[in-house]
Amino acid sequence: MTLGNQDPPTPPESPQSNGRTVRLVVAGILLAIPVVALMAVPTYSKTDPTLWGFPFFFWYQFLWVFLCAGFTYGAYRVTLSAGRKERDR
Amino acid sequence: MRALLLPLSATSGVNGTALTVLIVLFLLVTVAGFLATRFKRAESLDSLEEWGLGGRKFGTVVTWFLLGGDLYTAYTFVAVPAAMFATGAVAGFFAVPYTIILYPIVFVFMARLWSVSHRHGYITTSDFIRGRYDSRPLSLAVAVTGFLATMPYIALQLVGIQAVLTVAGLGGSGSWLTKDLPLLIAFAVLAAYTYTSGLRAPAVIAFVKDILIYLVIIVAVIYLPHHVGGWSHVFSAAKAKMDATSATTGKPTGTFMSVSTTHWAYATLALGSAMALFMYPHSVTASLSSKSRNTIRRNAAILPAYSFLLGLLALLGWVAIAYGIDLKKDLGGNAQLVIPQLFESAFPAWFAGVAFAAIAIGALVPAAIMSIAAANTFSRNIYKEWLKPDATPQQEAKVSKIMSLVVKAFALVFVLTMDKQNAINFQLLGGIWILQIFPAVVFSLYTRWFHRWALLAGWAVAMVYGTVEAYKVISPTTGGHFGGSLALIPGIGQMGYIAMTAFVLNVAVAVVLTLVLNAVKVSNGADATSPGDYHADAGDPRVDADVRSHAAAQDPFADPEALA
Repeated sequence: MTLGNQDPPTPPESPQSNGRTVRLVVAGILLAIPVVALMAVPTYSKTDPTLWGFPFFFWYQFLWVFLCAGFTYGAYRVTLSAGRKERDR
Repeated sequence: MRALLLPLSATSGVNGTALTVLIVLFLLVTVAGFLATRFKRAESLDSLEEWGLGGRKFGTVVTWFLLGGDLYTAYTFVAVPAAMFATGAVAGFFAVPYTIILYPIVFVFMARLWSVSHRHGYITTSDFIRGRYDSRPLSLAVAVTGFLATMPYIALQLVGIQAVLTVAGLGGSGSWLTKDLPLLIAFAVLAAYTYTSGLRAPAVIAFVKDILIYLVIIVAVIYLPHHVGGWSHVFSAAKAKMDATSATTGKPTGTFMSVSTTHWAYATLALGSAMALFMYPHSVTASLSSKSRNTIRRNAAILPAYSFLLGLLALLGWVAIAYGIDLKKDLGGNAQLVIPQLFESAFPAWFAGVAFAAIAIGALVPAAIMSIAAANTFSRNIYKEWLKPDATPQQEAKVSKIMSLVVKAFALVFVLTMDKQNAINFQLLGGIWILQIFPAVVFSLYTRWFHRWALLAGWAVAMVYGTVEAYKVISPTTGGHFGGSLALIPGIGQMGYIAMTAFVLNVAVAVVLTLVLNAVKVSNGADATSPGDYHADAGDPRVDADVRSHAAAQDPFADPEALA
C-alpha cells in the first residue's frame, strides 16, 4: 500500500490502531461463542426435537462442529486482516 | 433383523482373513515409515530440529493429517465408544464438545507460542518458560509434568493395539509367546522407524491412518445402524440399557444424556480436557513443526472435521448395544473390546481386517509422536539443562533418539507386566497433572504479571490436590482407588472434573502469592523474550536472521538482541 505518500507516519493512538483492536475483539467474540454455547449444557440436554432419529442433545452438538469451524475460520480471516493492517502501517 | 446376526465370539479362535488383511496393511505402513526419511528431505537428521520437528516445514495439509493423527489416538477410538457402551453419554459423549471447544482455545494461544518458539529456537514449553522467567525450577516442573503425563499415554496406545489383537484371535490366551509376541513385533517396528526417520515417519503414516479411519467409520455409520433397525432404535436400546438398574451398584447403569446433576461434570470434563490437550508435549511438537503461524490457525478451523468423526465413533458404542453385544458374555467383562468386537461380528472378515488395521495403525502415529516429544523434553530440559550443559546439538539429538526407545520400552513393560487398569489410572492422573502447567505456559504467553515462584507454588499445590482427590475416588464396580476423574466441587456441591477444580486452586494460589511476592519485591527473573517475538512469522526477515544467529551461536536460550 502507498498511503504513506501524503500521510505522516501514524502514531500508536491512530484510527488504524483502534481498528486493529476492534478486529481483535471481534475475533475474540467469534471464538468465545462456541465455548459458551457448549458449556451451557442445560440449554441442550433434551430429547426433542429429534432429527433423523437423533435426540436433540446429540444432533445439536454435531451441529456445533460445523458452526465452530465457521466461527474459527471467521476469526482467522478477521485476525489476518488485522495483521495486514499493522504491517502496512 | 435379529435373524441376520452372526453368533458372537469374543476370544475364540483366530480370524484368518481379518488377520491377513491386518498384517498386509501393517507391512505397508512399515515400508512407508522407513521411506519417510526421503519426505521433504533434509541434509542430515543429526540435529534435534530435523529429527524432532521435521525441520519445521510442514504445511497446512501435512499438519492437518499429522495433528489429526496425533490427537485422535487409538485409545480414543477404543475408549470413547467403550465408555459410551458401559456408562453412557456423560462418560463418553463429552469428547464431542471437548474436541470442538479445543480449537478456539488453541487458536488463541498456539500462534503466539509458535512465534516465540520460532524466534528463540524453543522446541518444548519448558524451553519457553526457561527463557521467559529465567527460572530453572519452574522449567523443570513443566518438563517433568509433561514427561510423566506422556508415559502412560504411550502405554495406552499399546493397550489399543492389544485390544485389536485380542479380538483378531492373537493374544489374550495361550503361552507367553503367542500372547505377547505380536505386540512385541509391532513395537519393534514402531521403534525402528521412529529411530531412523524421526517426526517424518508418523507424518507419512498419518496419511494412511486417517484415510483408513475415515473409510471404516463412514462405512460403519452407514452400514451398521441400518442392520440394527435404524438410529432411532439405537437410541432407544441405549436408553433402555442406561436406565436399567445395575446389579453391582444398585443405581442406573449409566446416563443416556446429561441430566441436572451431571451438567457440571459434562461441562468441566469437556473444558478441562480441551485446555489440557495442547499442554501435552506431543501436541506442541506437532504444532511447532508447522511452517508458519497461520498454518496453525487455518488448521484450527479445519481440524473439527475429526470431531464429527469422533462423535459418530462414540455412538458406535451404542450401536453395539443395539446389536446385542453383551459385556460379560461377548467381551469377557472388558468393555475396551467393544469396538473391535462389533467390527468383527458385523463386518465381512476382510473388512474387519481393514478396521483392525485402522485402529492398530492409529495407535502407531501418536505413540511415535509422543515418544519423540517426551524424548525431546528429556534431552532438552533435563539432560542438557541439568546433566550435561555443554552438550552439542549432535549429542542432544543422540540422547533424544535413545530416549524415544527408552520411553517406548518402558510403555511396553508397563503394558505387559501390569494390569491394564493401571495404565488407564495413570492416564487419568496424567490428564489431571498436565492441566496444571497451563497457567505457567499460557498465561505467560500474554503477561509476566504472575511471579515465577507463585506459578511454581500453584502448580505444586494443584498437583498434590489433584493426585489425592483422584486417589480418593473409589470405583463402584471394582472398589479400587483411582476409580474415575470426577469428585465433588467444593462450594458448588456437584460432581466435576478433578483437573478443573485443581486448576482453579492452582490459579488462586498463583494470584495470591504473586501479590505477596510483588509487594515484597522478590525478583521475577530476566525475560529473554520481547513483545515483538509473539507476532513474528516465517518469511519475516527478523525471524530468519534470528534462527540463523541462534544456529551459529548454538545457544537457544540466548537473548536475540545480544546475539544480533
